[in-house]
Amino acid sequence: MELTGAQALVKSLEMQGVEVIFGLPGGAILPVYDPIIDSPIRHILVRHEQGAGHMAEGYAHATGRPGVAMVTSGPGATNVVTALADAYMDSIPFVCITGQVATSAIGTDAFQESDTTGITLGVTKHNWLITDAADIPQVVREAFHIATTGRPGPVLIDVPKDVAMSTMEWYWPDGVDLPGYHPASQPDPTAIQAAVALVLAAERPVIYAGGGILKSGASKALRELVDLTGIPVVTTLMARGSFPDSHPLCLGMPGMHGNYTAVTAMQKADLLLALGSRFDDRVTGKVSAFAPRAKVVHVDIDKAEIGKVRRPEVGILADCRLAIEALVEALTISGSVDRGQLVPWIARLEQWQAQYPYTYDRSEPAPGLATVGASRRPTLKPQFVIERLRELTPPDTILVSGVGQHQMWASQHWAFEYPNTWVNSGGLGTMGFAVPAAIGAKVGRPDRMVWAVDGDGCFQMTAQELATATAERIPVKIAILNNAYLGMVRQWQHMFYEERYSEVYLSPDLPDYVGWAEAMGCVGLRVESPEEVTPAIEKANDVDDRPVVIDFRTDSMEQVFPMVPAGASNDDIVVHPSQRASSEVSR
Amino acid sequence: MTQDYKAKAPHHRLLSVLVENKAGVLARVAGLFSRRGYKIFSLAVAPTDDERFSRISIVVDVESSPLEQVVAQLDKLINVVEIGELHPDEAREAELLLVSVSADASQRSQVIQLVGVFAGRIVDVGHDAITVMVAGTPELLDDFESLMRPYGIAGLQRSGRIALPKLERSSASGAATTAAIA
Repeated sequence: MELTGAQALVKSLEMQGVEVIFGLPGGAILPVYDPIIDSPIRHILVRHEQGAGHMAEGYAHATGRPGVAMVTSGPGATNVVTALADAYMDSIPFVCITGQVATSAIGTDAFQESDTTGITLGVTKHNWLITDAADIPQVVREAFHIATTGRPGPVLIDVPKDVAMSTMEWYWPDGVDLPGYHPASQPDPTAIQAAVALVLAAERPVIYAGGGILKSGASKALRELVDLTGIPVVTTLMARGSFPDSHPLCLGMPGMHGNYTAVTAMQKADLLLALGSRFDDRVTGKVSAFAPRAKVVHVDIDKAEIGKVRRPEVGILADCRLAIEALVEALTISGSVDRGQLVPWIARLEQWQAQYPYTYDRSEPAPGLATVGASRRPTLKPQFVIERLRELTPPDTILVSGVGQHQMWASQHWAFEYPNTWVNSGGLGTMGFAVPAAIGAKVGRPDRMVWAVDGDGCFQMTAQELATATAERIPVKIAILNNAYLGMVRQWQHMFYEERYSEVYLSPDLPDYVGWAEAMGCVGLRVESPEEVTPAIEKANDVDDRPVVIDFRTDSMEQVFPMVPAGASNDDIVVHPSQRASSEVSR
Repeated sequence: MTQDYKAKAPHHRLLSVLVENKAGVLARVAGLFSRRGYKIFSLAVAPTDDERFSRISIVVDVESSPLEQVVAQLDKLINVVEIGELHPDEAREAELLLVSVSADASQRSQVIQLVGVFAGRIVDVGHDAITVMVAGTPELLDDFESLMRPYGIAGLQRSGRIALPKLERSSASGAATTAAIA
């Protein structure tokens, strides 16, 4: 069967089981857009290529399956680079297809030419420039294999226009030919035994669960490990939802804005079981002062992560799920697990939890109507909005966030119960991630309610994708925590630059978020005081045929606590002002 | 001589990297070193006897980045098939040097004599300069270079180090192989 390169590309995507492509056509990718008309694959036309990339990521976060984006050459490709970099940092399986100028024009500075494989070399797990249409099925198969196995990540296939237009004899490869690619899988039994010995000897162990738990589908195995050993768990920003917050041994998020117990438990631990986590600087704080008395068992599928930041006593190069299952089995066989020896440790943790929960200053009750004036209105606390949102939505709601204060409050105050219900940009910290990622998540999980908690700064970066959502009938819900500032930058200027606020004010009214939402076909709502929160969320929950945007006017002065200042030791954690006196006593 | 070398460059380690012979592989390797801040001292690349693969010999400076991390990151490149480290004590190393030396008629015989001592070859002769090729260990080339310098060097190019493991003499099994470390 003779096909054009373009037809072979679309057919190869069908063979890979792709159900949706997020994209935007242009000159060089035109040939590939023609067979899309006849394909069962759904195509979602975005308004900006960055949106296509983040939608593919959101889809992958929510489903665990690779997201696919397709864009044209030159600016189409460069616009998607941020999403590739984001997916690379957070190990998201993402296959990106870019058009390229004809092979005869490559290197001539042709119209809309860019060195796409060169530009994306450092932000993809691998990329290809196809020079022969006959290579297309093989490359597509290898691309999906690389994106989804080992440590997942983004890959890019650059397809010159003449290659897409030339013909090839169709085939589907029976395998991949990658002599240099051997992702780890089963753990070394000797290393497992060494880890077991450390676990059995530990008096103050902590499981440091990272994004690898979700990537390897290890939530159930992790639960078994905890139930067997009684070891408490911290879940990093990338691992929120991998272990239920309602579990008594879940300590929540560690790191720069983690809660006191999670941060301090790691500092005081004598054993860290790092499972699919990478000792990111936002978790460790000052590395030389991080968990100083802890021995470390580090399970990772990426050899380069083991020992990159902290040299472990035991390194286990393996798939996280398989390693945890092997640990559970070996610990069970040992018959020596004694939960009793952890009793004093758990008691200490419970004391910290009681003493230093996440907290914020509640709003004053609404004053009598007679005294209501613009300046007397009770302020709306962003944390309160998130708490109400959590209470009023189903437990399996998918929560998406942008980057900044609202992201930290969302991670802190949302109680996660299920894996793959938290979608955010962790490693790269990409503002503008939330709206397109929420759309991608909803496309992947139409059965779930999808809420994005976004900041006003973030929202303005990618809000135009709500036009995409309306046109494609993707009913996502966006809660803008509108504090009129680039809030996290403002917080740093408040704390570290003597309250000299440089270029962080955005205005609560410009743009008019409700008007903007309505212009894009969404329902737009505005909430200015605490008592309006519940009715607005309930109203939004009832809308199922279009997106909803709620402009929550929140307190500009609110700050994220606790906080470990950048570069400081985690021992120097700054708790909420109301907890400070007692904090001194405990140390 | 090996001792001299170690004293001169204690942080230099030689990696022998087998890669797929595909477009852009060198850019991937060089790009990795650049973006992770690893230092390349020298680099030589050429196809192997199997046309599917090329071998890149990299002398890496591990003073600021541990070798283990360099190797692990290199190994993540999809086109990198195998990485071995060659220890100077266990390898036969060689490097090629081409140098154009100013040598008028009065000095030419001295230069030619030195070339003979170093088993070099004269590959070009001009009116007041000659071009010489010398192959040998990096230390031998260092010595030759310093002996040529007083005459005036008009141009110099070195190939970077290449190496193979020393052959096993005690065992009947023949050639030793590079210890694969990734």
